[in-house]
Amino acid sequence: MHNDTIKKTLLVAALLSIACSVIVSSASVILRTNQQINKALDKKKNILEVAGLLEEGKSIEELFGRFEARVVNLETGEFANKVIIDNFDQRKAAKGPASSVQIEREADLARIKRRSKLALVYWERDPEGQLQQLIIPVHGKGLWSTMYGFLALDADLRTIRGFGFYEHGETPGLGGEVDNPLWKSQWQGKLAFDEAWETRITVLKGKVNPNNPNAQFQVDGLSGATITARGVRDLLKFWLGEDGFGPFLAKMRISERVTHG
Amino acid sequence: MGSDPSLPKCASVKGLLMADKPKKVLLDPLFNNNPIALQVLGICSALAVTSKLETVFVMAIAVVFVLAGSNVSVSLIRKHLPSSIRIICQMTIIASLVIIVDQFLKAFAYDISKQLSIFVGLIITNCIVMGRAEAFAMKESIGASFLDGVGNGLGYGLILIVVGIFRELFGSGRLYGFVILPLSNEGGWYMSNGMMLLPPSAFFIIGFFIWILRGWKTEQIEEN
Repeated sequence: MHNDTIKKTLLVAALLSIACSVIVSSASVILRTNQQINKALDKKKNILEVAGLLEEGKSIEELFGRFEARVVNLETGEFANKVIIDNFDQRKAAKGPASSVQIEREADLARIKRRSKLALVYWERDPEGQLQQLIIPVHGKGLWSTMYGFLALDADLRTIRGFGFYEHGETPGLGGEVDNPLWKSQWQGKLAFDEAWETRITVLKGKVNPNNPNAQFQVDGLSGATITARGVRDLLKFWLGEDGFGPFLAKMRISERVTHG
Repeated sequence: MGSDPSLPKCASVKGLLMADKPKKVLLDPLFNNNPIALQVLGICSALAVTSKLETVFVMAIAVVFVLAGSNVSVSLIRKHLPSSIRIICQMTIIASLVIIVDQFLKAFAYDISKQLSIFVGLIITNCIVMGRAEAFAMKESIGASFLDGVGNGLGYGLILIVVGIFRELFGSGRLYGFVILPLSNEGGWYMSNGMMLLPPSAFFIIGFFIWILRGWKTEQIEEN
């Protein structure tokens, strides 16, 4: 049969597509378990990193053992003790109509449209039960993608211990610089809230002037990535505010007897 | 990204017969007909992934695999490919192979796959792969196509490694993650060259590489 007949062209196209799709989908199915393990491990590694507890040469699972995870009801700020932690997937919950709430347009700073009713937080306590640090998950839109990260707060629930994203699809070299260790390191020691517990932390456009009295609430912008940086600023404002972890953090301040920074 | 892949610039491939010296097919792309230095293909990723040797090696292996795989597959079905859809068929094969590589990296080298981010996916648009499929594998036997794929992958890898060595050594004072020149901001004496960490530095290094290569192999100098 001649190669250029319509019949042969369609036949070759169909056969090739079927062969390629079978190969690609089997590769994806076979490798999925491994990929999921890696993803879960990477998430834990990121939590350890924002908490400043990542040590070279130690197993991540072992280091992660010091954290306790709790499910929080974001509406009330109470713990949702009935939910089994291992089965809880906040991302899945944010999609379900029963397990999530719609966010008003004006309030939706993080541009995520729906928010899960529950959230998984982690804390570290010393042997006496004193809170050492609290880690909350945050996410929101950057320029291209939804960025997922963790924010670690010190025991005073005001000072930031670390912040970083574990998943995003921003442009490498521009918005992707949210992964730059130098940029990430400046979050440490900044204050998320002021004395009146108003959310103050913000990402500037350009550099922070250290003489500015507000410098303790400010972080350098990302050059060439204004929209990503704005996304970071807004998503923090959202998650630290009333529609995010606000009620929970308020309850924590009382239960942990945190008064003034 | 590069010139028309359907027109091989090099005389050495044009005159090549299929049974003609497999060694030549394999080794020519290293210096005599290097895909980056002579064919000027695949520059994009050579700029993007070369700031560290670790990512360089993974990228080079990925490209060797994709090139060899696509050349073999295209050569295998070359006698049945209708000419009207041959390019899209080549793309389908290449894209499938790239997805497989990407999935493998995500399963077995997660950290590196995160660093390489989109550049593994962009192997699909690397002109070397389609250039070799169209210019070589469409005409030659499976064995020769395989060698040509491996050879071109190695030629690409060679440049990446050279660029990576310079960039990692002078940019961060390390080679493959081991400290060679202790950096001044880490208590050593070496003041790092920040430009080496940025993609444009690869242009300079590739430029010098081409200059030296053409000084050595004068037949590669283009006539004006």
